[in-house]
Amino acid sequence: MFHRFMRRHDTTDIVMWLIGFGLLAAVIYGSFVTLSSGKYDASVWLDFTIFGLAQGSVYALIALGYTLVYGILFMINFAHGEVFTGGVFTAYFVAIALENSGFIERHWVLSLLILMAVAMTVSVLVAVVLERIAYRPLRGAPRLVPLITAIGASFFLQYTYRGIYGSGIKTYPDFPALDGKLNMFGREWPILTVQALVIVVAALMMIFLYWYVQKTKAGKAMRAVAEDKEAAALMGIDVDRVIVNTFALGGSMAGVAGILYALLFKQVNAFMGFIPGIKAFTAAVLGGIGNVPGAMLGGLFLGIVESLGPSLILDGLGIPSPYQLKDAIAFTLLVLVLIFRPSGIMGERLSEKKA
Amino acid sequence: MTLLKLDNIHTYYGNIHALKGISITVDEGEIVTLIGANGAGKSTTLKTISGLLYPRQGKVYLNDEVLTKHAAHEIVKMGVIHVPEGRRVFARLTVMENLEMGAFTRKDKGGIQQDLDRVFELFPRLKERRSQVAGTLSGGEQQMLAMGRALMSNPRILLLDEPSMGLAPVLVDLIFDTIRELNEQGMTILLVEQNALLALDVANRGYVLETGVIALAGDAKELANDPQVKEVYLGGA
Ligand SMILES: Nc1ncnc2c1ncn2[C@@H]1O[C@H](COP(=O)(O)OP(=O)(O)OP(=O)(O)O)[C@@H](O)[C@H]1O
Ligand SMILES: [Mg+2]
Repeated sequence: MFHRFMRRHDTTDIVMWLIGFGLLAAVIYGSFVTLSSGKYDASVWLDFTIFGLAQGSVYALIALGYTLVYGILFMINFAHGEVFTGGVFTAYFVAIALENSGFIERHWVLSLLILMAVAMTVSVLVAVVLERIAYRPLRGAPRLVPLITAIGASFFLQYTYRGIYGSGIKTYPDFPALDGKLNMFGREWPILTVQALVIVVAALMMIFLYWYVQKTKAGKAMRAVAEDKEAAALMGIDVDRVIVNTFALGGSMAGVAGILYALLFKQVNAFMGFIPGIKAFTAAVLGGIGNVPGAMLGGLFLGIVESLGPSLILDGLGIPSPYQLKDAIAFTLLVLVLIFRPSGIMGERLSEKKA
Repeated sequence: MTLLKLDNIHTYYGNIHALKGISITVDEGEIVTLIGANGAGKSTTLKTISGLLYPRQGKVYLNDEVLTKHAAHEIVKMGVIHVPEGRRVFARLTVMENLEMGAFTRKDKGGIQQDLDRVFELFPRLKERRSQVAGTLSGGEQQMLAMGRALMSNPRILLLDEPSMGLAPVLVDLIFDTIRELNEQGMTILLVEQNALLALDVANRGYVLETGVIALAGDAKELANDPQVKEVYLGGA
């Protein structure tokens, strides 16, 4: 019995499983201690969850860019974080102008739409230029080559933004209409107005994207190209154009994500895309890279885990200043998924594909 | 009238000289078959016509238009459709979505609907399976889908690469009956086959390809009775 078990699983496997179970036990123990200590009451947990959802919506939107591009080119566009930065950072200057003229105060919805339009345009432009200049010439190259190029492009863009827009941290203008708790239908809801807005806008974008990919002719062509480029070309589909479309779609999601991020966190700088970029990549892997609903769920899941994790798990384990370890949670999760379920949560469908 | 013409085509894979000066013509309304052993260059010929490969020398003409300078997706719009070896349906798209992709280059809604009805009439099985994901179809159904998808582009010429490959005899008959039926409706067809007997039976004319050169050409009936062809491709007799 034991021998048969040993024959089927080598030592690394067993060590990995032990680590996994150890971490799981720590998570359960930590949560149990925190909850039974009664340190936080229910409304705090609700706040954490809502914040997690809002932040997760932003991750989800960025994650879609990774997953769409991966689905078609089997490459990780590591410069996608900078696609996100380009939009929101450029829109910052428009936002300042709108604030100074008092426009934000008078027409906040219109202001928001303008900022989103600007951010989307710039992000789409960065994504498309990146594809054209950095990735398309390497289409036939071994997979490591575009990956390294993407990392190079990421640095190039970060320092370009710093050169053009300056190196300091800039504070995004405030939207007074979004301050405080949400007041609607004659009562106050236990959610900040800005969080509600972020969640709703992100949800609308995701519904639009899902509809686009599933129902429109361009979306179907995208899925066809993702499966078999040669067969798609034989159907009269311009594969290069579909690839550009894919980058543009990912860019537009990143552009909106940028503005939502600025609403939540109120600051921008040239390097701001790096961490959310890696988090979103984690979310995409979590959901099964290449899988659109997976990226959405992965983003939300990661946002919530990151928001609840420090107080729920780390606090209970007696770890001092748990909030400092917020980022560690995301990356521990990434490593765990890569070890135990490389195809991600929604990955069954991915494994059908031989690619 | 000549619809498709290959004039002295040389195609390479890197240094491999796969087609060594091939000239073929297909007249409007004809079935022409291209037979030959494994590795003779049959698929390479079709890929050169449909634009997946560029010939290093020589030109492909459709009527008087030169196809060779166009990309594969543009050639589809000009009326040439290629059903590749191994069917290559989009496994994760539904039958209906696959058919829609066949009509990708078209804008005429009415015409598309008409062709969809025609495809469903030709392959009633596809109609039953229209919302099923193509990857779950049987081999024969996938071949029907690959052909149906091609017809959705409303082509002037159909290039078929080994449509009978891996199919049970009943299904092979069904596919060949369909080829005949399509031809009777006026479709021009260039058919690549391993099964030379069946191919020469359905075709008007044939070419025998041997390691990148045309070894024999002529009337299908005559080729079928040619002692050399009999020896090599029809298993003696
Ligand atoms: N992608 C490729 N790279 C290099 N050589 C290739 C490639 N594809 C085909 N060849 C070579 O070109 C020649 C012709 O191949 P082709 O696929 O056209 O043959 P075929 O007649 O279709 O054979 P089959 O009946 O097996 O399908 C063969 O020698 C083959 O090895
Ligand atoms: Mg072949």
